[in-house]
Amino acid sequence: MTKVLSVEDLGVTFALHESEVRAVNDLNFSLEAGETLAVVGESGSGKSQAFLSIMGLLAKNGRTSGRAMLGDVNLVGMEKSRLDRIRGKDIAMIFQDPMTSLNPSLRVKTQLAEVLVKHRGFDKGKAEKAAIEMLERVGIPEPVKRANAYPHEMSGGMRQRVMIAMALLCQPKILIADEPTTALDVTVQAQMLDLFKSLTEDFGTSLVIITHDLGVVAGVADRMMVMYGGRAVEKGTVDDLFYDPRHPYTLGLLHSTPHIAQRAARLDPIQGLPPSLEHLPKGCSFNPRCAFCFDRCLEERPPLMPTESGREKACFYEGPLKYGKVA
Amino acid sequence: MIETPTNLIEIRDLKKTFSISTGLFGRALSLTALENINFSVKKGETLGIVGESGCGKSTLGRCILQLLSPDEGQVLWLGQDLTKLPAEEMRKRRADLQIIFQDPLASLNPRMTVGDIIEDPLKTLRPEMNKTDRRAKVVKTMEAVGLLPEMINRYPHEFSGGQAQRIGIARALITDPKLIVCDEPVSALDVSIQAQILNLLAELKDEFGLTLIFISHNLSVVRHVSDRILVLYLGRIVELATGDEIYEDPKHPYTRALLTAVPIPDPKLARQRNIDALKGEIPSPINPPSGCTFRTRCRFAKPQCAETRPPLESIEGGRLVACIRWREIEVEAPVVVPA
Repeated sequence: MTKVLSVEDLGVTFALHESEVRAVNDLNFSLEAGETLAVVGESGSGKSQAFLSIMGLLAKNGRTSGRAMLGDVNLVGMEKSRLDRIRGKDIAMIFQDPMTSLNPSLRVKTQLAEVLVKHRGFDKGKAEKAAIEMLERVGIPEPVKRANAYPHEMSGGMRQRVMIAMALLCQPKILIADEPTTALDVTVQAQMLDLFKSLTEDFGTSLVIITHDLGVVAGVADRMMVMYGGRAVEKGTVDDLFYDPRHPYTLGLLHSTPHIAQRAARLDPIQGLPPSLEHLPKGCSFNPRCAFCFDRCLEERPPLMPTESGREKACFYEGPLKYGKVA
Repeated sequence: MIETPTNLIEIRDLKKTFSISTGLFGRALSLTALENINFSVKKGETLGIVGESGCGKSTLGRCILQLLSPDEGQVLWLGQDLTKLPAEEMRKRRADLQIIFQDPLASLNPRMTVGDIIEDPLKTLRPEMNKTDRRAKVVKTMEAVGLLPEMINRYPHEFSGGQAQRIGIARALITDPKLIVCDEPVSALDVSIQAQILNLLAELKDEFGLTLIFISHNLSVVRHVSDRILVLYLGRIVELATGDEIYEDPKHPYTRALLTAVPIPDPKLARQRNIDALKGEIPSPINPPSGCTFRTRCRFAKPQCAETRPPLESIEGGRLVACIRWREIEVEAPVVVPA
């Protein structure tokens, strides 16, 4: 396995009027060629900001620290002109709402062709031809006709396919998808997840899926990273984390997710609310909501530590994680 | 003596169309949002309504509450047709029928305090109550939905999405309704908060003997809360059955396809599963396919499916299904339920 992306001590800070807020802290992870990594968390967990910062897409008041190594180049702090040659070519990102990511006043083929003209020096005709081929590849029927359409003439699922086609035109090493199916209907979502799977297999693209939906994670990802309060709290393979979660927050998320096969009388939700990043509790950020919290958790922040082969967690509690204990 | 469960509400032959214009000089077109809708909801039951965007599920909720007037058909509330009720009578009736919306913050007036928002329905619907009684009831209701009474003078923007949804629930609950239509009440919420709100709704239902109509695009959520589930496709009922029946023994090809598309939060099951991926997307309701509107995406479709609209057939166990081939399909391709 070769590492395509290696993120070290990534931090994201936003300057507010008189203070600053740390959205991402001490994030470390790597991405292997052809694997799918799911980044899971709720609003404010820092999951989107971490990847926006890697892409150099933070809001103006945002600042990134640490390193994000794409091969042997560091994306953090890279000047825009150099970054522009890499973004879209080696690493691409798609977002939840395709309508706001597409230019409403340009035909689909024009927007797609631009990528190839800019990054690969294709002439316009060749670029449009390649664009149409890619539209077909991502499952758009009548791609020649669709290529001439404007984004508003397409459905949400179609637009998301266009975004994926655009992101894949240069066959990037890495595709980052931020909640790519959240706005889509379940049948279209299933089509998209299928498409993602075949794309990683056919192109060898490494995929990062940022989501709050554990159902999506279970279907497509190899490994997952759970984030809470701006930090990674657990990392491991999807099977390890689903069947044997070691962090109480991961356990809580699993128990909060309704399962179509089961009609439980009640879910076991996590109590309380996700924290505000401006007022994180002392010690472990999860302590006010944690059923397994003890003295040490209130004073000290648990570091993310390796537990066994390939697994890491940020939690002091070593006992068995079972809800029966507290219920 | 066998006590037959009473129907709280019964919908008969409901139809709703919207007229739309195709542009500046376009001729007016008519869009059939709902057609041939027939079902009833028993007292104390939770009926889930599922379907994709544009299938008419929210329109149906609004027609039931008379927030939209259906073109045809009846909405019988304990036998009384709400569509024929004079406006003043309907206004009084509203205390019994309430609604909770998807976007909790957008559905709360930002310039009113939480206490005023929750109290407001009482002013119009319970004019006999005085200010002190109303405020006492607000506090009681806030406690019931898990809001601290000291939050009474705060404004909506000071609340998170989950808490704002609790305010919306309190506002619906304060008139002592019999029926609450929940229109995607948890779709905008984080997973952990979603579970809290689902549990809250279940508790309130038991405590106050509520009947719920639960509209959502999320089948897992609907399955979790519902006694029976109604599946809509392009404004028509394709299937109605209990949650267990829908999940273990779906009859309509659309229901079957929907079920295989639902993401399962279990990696091993998810990998094993064969997704019967539906082709294409929901057709435009302005120009729906002839015959069965689902046939363009149905892998079991035959030429005869294009000829007539399949009737909504009553089958064993009080189930409803609208497919002329469901018996054949059952033999051709038996349903396999993932373990």
